[in-house]
Amino acid sequence: MPNPIPALSVTAFTATSALGQGLDAHRAALGAGRSGLKPNDFSSEPLACWIGRVEGIEAAALPEPLATWDCRNNRLAWLGLNQDDFVGAVRVARERYGADRIALVLGTSTASIGATEEAYRRLDADGRIPADLRRREIHVPHSLTGFVAAALALNGPTLTVSTACSSSAKAFAHAERMIRLGVVDAAVVGGVDTLCDSTLFGFNALELISPEPCKPFDRARRGISIGEAAGFALLERSDCAPDAPRLLGYGESSDAHHMSTPHPQGLGAELAMRDALARAGLQAAHVDYINLHGTASMKNDEVEAQLITRNFPSTTRASSTKALTGHTLGAAGIVEAVIALLAIADDTVPGNAGCDEPDMHCGPQWALRNESRRVDVALSNSFGFGGNNICLAFAQAERSP
Amino acid sequence: MNALRVHVDGVGLWSAHWPHFDALREQLAGRAMPVAERARPPAERLPANERRRAPESVLLAIEVAGQAIDMSGADQTQLPCVFASAHGDHVITDYMCATLAHAPTELSPTRFHNSVHNAPVGYWTIAIGCHAPSTAICAGHTSFGAALLEAAAQVEADRHPALLVCSDIAGSGALNELTGCRQTFGCALVLSPEKGERSVASLQLRVTAGETPAVTLPEVSLPEWYTDNASARALPLLTLLARDGGRAALALAPSMYLDVRMETIQ
Repeated sequence: MPNPIPALSVTAFTATSALGQGLDAHRAALGAGRSGLKPNDFSSEPLACWIGRVEGIEAAALPEPLATWDCRNNRLAWLGLNQDDFVGAVRVARERYGADRIALVLGTSTASIGATEEAYRRLDADGRIPADLRRREIHVPHSLTGFVAAALALNGPTLTVSTACSSSAKAFAHAERMIRLGVVDAAVVGGVDTLCDSTLFGFNALELISPEPCKPFDRARRGISIGEAAGFALLERSDCAPDAPRLLGYGESSDAHHMSTPHPQGLGAELAMRDALARAGLQAAHVDYINLHGTASMKNDEVEAQLITRNFPSTTRASSTKALTGHTLGAAGIVEAVIALLAIADDTVPGNAGCDEPDMHCGPQWALRNESRRVDVALSNSFGFGGNNICLAFAQAERSP
Repeated sequence: MNALRVHVDGVGLWSAHWPHFDALREQLAGRAMPVAERARPPAERLPANERRRAPESVLLAIEVAGQAIDMSGADQTQLPCVFASAHGDHVITDYMCATLAHAPTELSPTRFHNSVHNAPVGYWTIAIGCHAPSTAICAGHTSFGAALLEAAAQVEADRHPALLVCSDIAGSGALNELTGCRQTFGCALVLSPEKGERSVASLQLRVTAGETPAVTLPEVSLPEWYTDNASARALPLLTLLARDGGRAALALAPSMYLDVRMETIQ
């Protein structure tokens, strides 16, 4: 088991999803239990499903010096960066530590593959990528991180994490190690994934897409609803910002079971949650809220429900918020980290929207409606294809020495 | 920052020219044996049915990972895995984008789940039964430097050995004009915090601001294509490993690099 680690301060954070742009829009939608899912009007051919589409991406043009990075994914990144004065917080950190001393670690599952899809829809007469899209940097999986490094004028180590649906949660772990070892003094973490044909038709081919808005942990759930989102957080050593919420720990694991189906007993997920608590120096009874992975796929929810039911007391409240945001794939980790941080900031547990009749494996931990209660410690689960699992542990500032 | 210090306990290498690290060592020692070009990495750790169906990106990563583990003698089920690739499986990306352009509902579910960047590390952990943390990363043409930094950081942070794999297959289709990656190349290192019986070198890594100094490897001419494949940018470091150590510089950002000092262990 891992040893406890020094906590880090989360000195700024923001999210943009189908619920809206920035923290206030998320607070309002979570408070009202208002879903951002709408009938699919995005895919290049009709596909009967619901999607969590972000309003305003198309209008979020990049400033001229960054134009070479232009594509839907980087526009969503730009829209997301410009909420909640996140850029201002990074500027303060840059002045404090220097651009060389801030790492940038972002997660994405498909980066700007939407631009490559578009290029293939309109290859030129010679079968080449059309001239306006012949920009190498947007056709590689590092596109997002390259763009954000340029947009934030950062010059520290950069890394893209692409472990499917755990990507942007993993970014916290990579960044924590670099800060602990003194490789850098601070890190910008987060992730962005946008709607694209690859994931809509890909999950459709795997028969994992719900024809109706997704219903996480409901007995009658029929699969996932895909969404898009951007989210970012700034991590610094805790003595730099004693009043900010903390990243207390994380746990990572591999299922070693199957590429697209979770381990039937949730072995990897359980290891990840156990290691997160060990690094955070906590026990299950300390946990007030868990934002679940809860995709509304038959298998994930069955396995995750049993895992929570057998490991946590009923005072630990648990819910999935994917019926509100959709499953934002590589961005799900940061969006749900932000929701966990909002639960801590506002002492409010968000209800498990979309669940009318809980799965038979759900225990008394499920918060089906919003609950006002003290939230000192919140976990966030993210599990990806390839059996890639991570659990993040956050806390109020007061909990840490 | 203090330098990160790790030991190299195992090395894996596969390309059409060098099917293992010994082939590179032999060539650098002037004892080059003509090696028949091989089309597919053998990837013997994969079960036979998986091996027949697996895409080249998966075979390549598993081949070099297996070689490095064999040389190190490490318990493969216990090693955290850091798998890097600048492009992932861009042959599948080419297939998916071409299919989506014409018949999106005919997309193959298997090719879709093989398209995720962590498919190679997913297959690796499944094949060998490894529940340790695993990650899949990239950083464009600086992917190898970023991956070495990440793997060394894991080794130092948790005081536990880790497996690093960096591999890129040759691309295809319209996309390949832009990615320019025309040769398949993969390498792997088993890194550990303490010097062990199998350790072949010690590394001191320091993140350094400034432009990446040019590589100078006396009496060695690396193949012209090595800078086109982000993973093959490991070649100067592998060359030092195959000879007597020395110093290398691996780019991390436009004005940031990893300064590597290597001492080989006899």
